[in-house]
Amino acid sequence: MFADYSWPELGAIFAMQGFAGLILFSVFVLMALGLAIIFGQMGVINMAHGEFMILGAYVTYLVSNLFADYMPALFSGYFFLAMFLAFIASGALGLLVEWGLIRHLYKRPLDTLLATWGLSLILQQVYRSVFGAREVGVSIPDWMMGSLPLTDLIEIPINGIFVMILAVGISLAVYIMMFRSNWGKQVRAINQNRVMAGAVGINTEWTDRLTFGIGCGVAGVAGSAFTMIGSTGPTAGQLYIVDTFLVVVFGGAASLLGTIASAFSISQAQSIMEFFLSGSMAKVLTLLVVVGILMVRPQGLFALKLRK
Amino acid sequence: MSLTSFMSRKELIGFLLLAAVIFLVLPAALDSFRLNLFGKYLTYAFVAVGLALCWGAGGILSLGQGVFFGLGGYCMAMFLKLEASTPENTSIQSTPGIPDFMDWNQLTELPSWWQPFYSLPFALLAVVVVPVIFAFIIGFAMFTRRVGGVYFAIITQAFAAILTILIIGQQGYTGGVNGITDLRTLLGWDIRTDEAKTTLYFVNGVLLFAVLLVAQYVRKSKLGRLLIAMRDQEDRVRFSGYNVANFKIFIFCLGAAFAGIGGAMFTLQVGFMSPTLVGIVPSIEMVIFCAVGGRLSILGAVYGALLVNWAKTTFSEAFPELWLLGLGGLFIAVVMFFPNGLAGVWSEKIEPRLLGLIKKSKDSDAATPAGAPAE
Repeated sequence: MFADYSWPELGAIFAMQGFAGLILFSVFVLMALGLAIIFGQMGVINMAHGEFMILGAYVTYLVSNLFADYMPALFSGYFFLAMFLAFIASGALGLLVEWGLIRHLYKRPLDTLLATWGLSLILQQVYRSVFGAREVGVSIPDWMMGSLPLTDLIEIPINGIFVMILAVGISLAVYIMMFRSNWGKQVRAINQNRVMAGAVGINTEWTDRLTFGIGCGVAGVAGSAFTMIGSTGPTAGQLYIVDTFLVVVFGGAASLLGTIASAFSISQAQSIMEFFLSGSMAKVLTLLVVVGILMVRPQGLFALKLRK
Repeated sequence: MSLTSFMSRKELIGFLLLAAVIFLVLPAALDSFRLNLFGKYLTYAFVAVGLALCWGAGGILSLGQGVFFGLGGYCMAMFLKLEASTPENTSIQSTPGIPDFMDWNQLTELPSWWQPFYSLPFALLAVVVVPVIFAFIIGFAMFTRRVGGVYFAIITQAFAAILTILIIGQQGYTGGVNGITDLRTLLGWDIRTDEAKTTLYFVNGVLLFAVLLVAQYVRKSKLGRLLIAMRDQEDRVRFSGYNVANFKIFIFCLGAAFAGIGGAMFTLQVGFMSPTLVGIVPSIEMVIFCAVGGRLSILGAVYGALLVNWAKTTFSEAFPELWLLGLGGLFIAVVMFFPNGLAGVWSEKIEPRLLGLIKKSKDSDAATPAGAPAE
């Protein structure tokens, strides 16, 4: 399959596909971070994760429309407000869902899976009723359009770079929250030993709720970032949920670094193969390899050593 | 195994009631169009019964039953499609004698792995064997490494995604997103007529009862009791010297075989097979059939499949927007308020009252369901 291309062309292909892979990587990382918090730290399967993301995307869409209508002068900066509001909206919904649904089901992980699937169906229908079944696009500010020509053969789009920077920034923020903040310390303590964590005075119930809320909020930010590179529809969240779970499981559920490493390898493999095979075969092969590795090594790439 | 240990009197009454519903009440009450619809629902019931064994008894939640349903269905559809694609029927194609979708995708020759499906015995065997082989591979890899619970659910869901993408991507070999359509005859017998569909409904019913009897046998055997013990205290069963993985693999394969039979019957009853019955969404809907009926009860699973599908057809005809809300609410309600489904409501609420009304206190063999699930 390489014979038809000359060496410089091949180099350019790998660079371009590698960059497309980096954008996909950013997308995976953004999505998986929220899930890594919720699934990795709490062990809760949230099948509605994609819908929390889409909520963030719709919030961004609303904010961009508001700015375009009432404050066109500030339009180039609307995104930062939108991202903040997306975090608040998805996070608030997350808190509500934890209070109403998840906290009753902590002892029954399989049932959580079914209940959150039901929640995702409900949210999808709500989006469809409110925003219509058609996909909506956000008009992105001028400074994000266009692309940077790197060489004659290689061009990289600016919105892609922006999403990548966002992914790095949010990963750093999550890292700092997990490993430097009081909340992060409590979450990790609860993950290691819930009863003891409670005994030393950590409010486990509230920490759980907050963790779920923050995880959902991060999903909302991810959805907000998505609008920069694609359009949003009511069922868009469901398309990603399996990939996201695989990314998290493949990385080793409780490891943040593992999540990022697995997002990187999965996205690079998929996007480089996509050029040479059809898109669907690239995806099938990637997923099969991931599932195959998981069968041999169920704990994922980076396993935390914990006494259970 | 004596007859009474195989089935208590109460369970026998349950079986007879279900038989009456399927063979007498529904055919008498419904026109042939609606009866055909219920025939379709019955094919889902096969999957639900398998899930009641895997999930309810064994505690193994598979979100990939659609894979097995689809594999069974595709095996049947391949045979029927080859029978429909005679050179006379396909004479307008550039390559007569191959299925139409292959011709549209510029294939000039039947792929070699399609060849054996000219034979009905092979196809019928494949309907059961192919899903079982798949289930065995998945089950062997996962259960011997003691992967279970949510991880197993996610991996099986990934398989559902992979198979769907594969089928849609390989249009020339599988018919792509449309699936395998325009199936006509089974050994010369036209399956598209109303009479044929009614006959198939009864075949479905009979097969379903065969499957139910197998499931009942498994439940009442030592294996069934071990499954429940594993679900509740896996380590203790392991320490008692049993190889837990083998039992799990067996029950998972059995569930896959049931699903495969269901899929094949679906193809016959409805007349096509497509990836929309394989993927993540149908697979998880199959779980809800089982959950609504009662995950611990094989008869409940059948009622669950019939009721949920009937509700789906009725509601999505009348209020298309509300159906998804209803289905989502159903998921949540079943999990939060009725974890044992309709069967649980029956055995906990309705039956005691009925018995109280009848005042027949000499109910010696009150076989209660085997406890609430551990998870």
